[in-house]
Amino acid sequence: MSQLSYVAVLVFVLLGSGWLEVVLRTRVYARWRRLLLSVVPVMAVFIVWDLYAIASGHWDFDPERTTGVVFPGGLPLDEVLFFAIVPVAGVLTLEAVRSVKRWEIGDEPPGSVQDGVRTEDPDEERP
Amino acid sequence: MSYTQLAVLGVVAVVVLDLWVFRTRLVRRRAFWTAYAIVVFFQLVTNGLLTGFGIVRYDGDQIIGSSSPVEGPPPFLGDGRIAFAPVEDLLFGFAMVVLTLVLWVWWGRRGVQRTPYSGPPRVRMPGQAE
Repeated sequence: MSQLSYVAVLVFVLLGSGWLEVVLRTRVYARWRRLLLSVVPVMAVFIVWDLYAIASGHWDFDPERTTGVVFPGGLPLDEVLFFAIVPVAGVLTLEAVRSVKRWEIGDEPPGSVQDGVRTEDPDEERP
Repeated sequence: MSYTQLAVLGVVAVVVLDLWVFRTRLVRRRAFWTAYAIVVFFQLVTNGLLTGFGIVRYDGDQIIGSSSPVEGPPPFLGDGRIAFAPVEDLLFGFAMVVLTLVLWVWWGRRGVQRTPYSGPPRVRMPGQAE
């Protein structure tokens, strides 16, 4: 075990979800502005939660298995990266399901969904 | 508040946001539950690594189960744990994923990079829609 243990788990998540962008054409990283607008508020909320949990002693981190870069409040860099990488993996997964199944997720314009499946969208922008 | 209370509150909060504030209604969609099933499987694996190896350790006064032991891993199953991790982590993860996807759908609905849509896959996938 080393100080890169936590980071190794994060790399696993990054690689385990990243291939979806290429093979299933999720176009999540390609839509990076929408991704940032979605992930940054989540990071903010969960960093606040984490700081509260650390201050209240809900959990702590093994200094020998985290990078050692710690922000004020005792928040390890590893955790901040977690709150960025895991939400992105979540979006990649949802868009991967939609890539395969064309199931409605809620951002389709009215009239472009039939029985929960996307049919045609006249406004669709072709990449 | 304990971790248990906060985790339950987190789930309630994101469901309220999904159904009544942003009205994205993800928790009523099969696309969401299919994606969540995949996410929760990988959460059990990665969280199991983080907690089983003691990278993250918990105080027994703040969770249903006991404190993470100093020597050796916590139980794989039982004492309020699933795959080494406190059950509360499942609620925490659910809240994080739902909040992210609510925002993703909401921004798309507002016209922020709504398209290009995902797909089609580069390789034929089992169960792929025509």
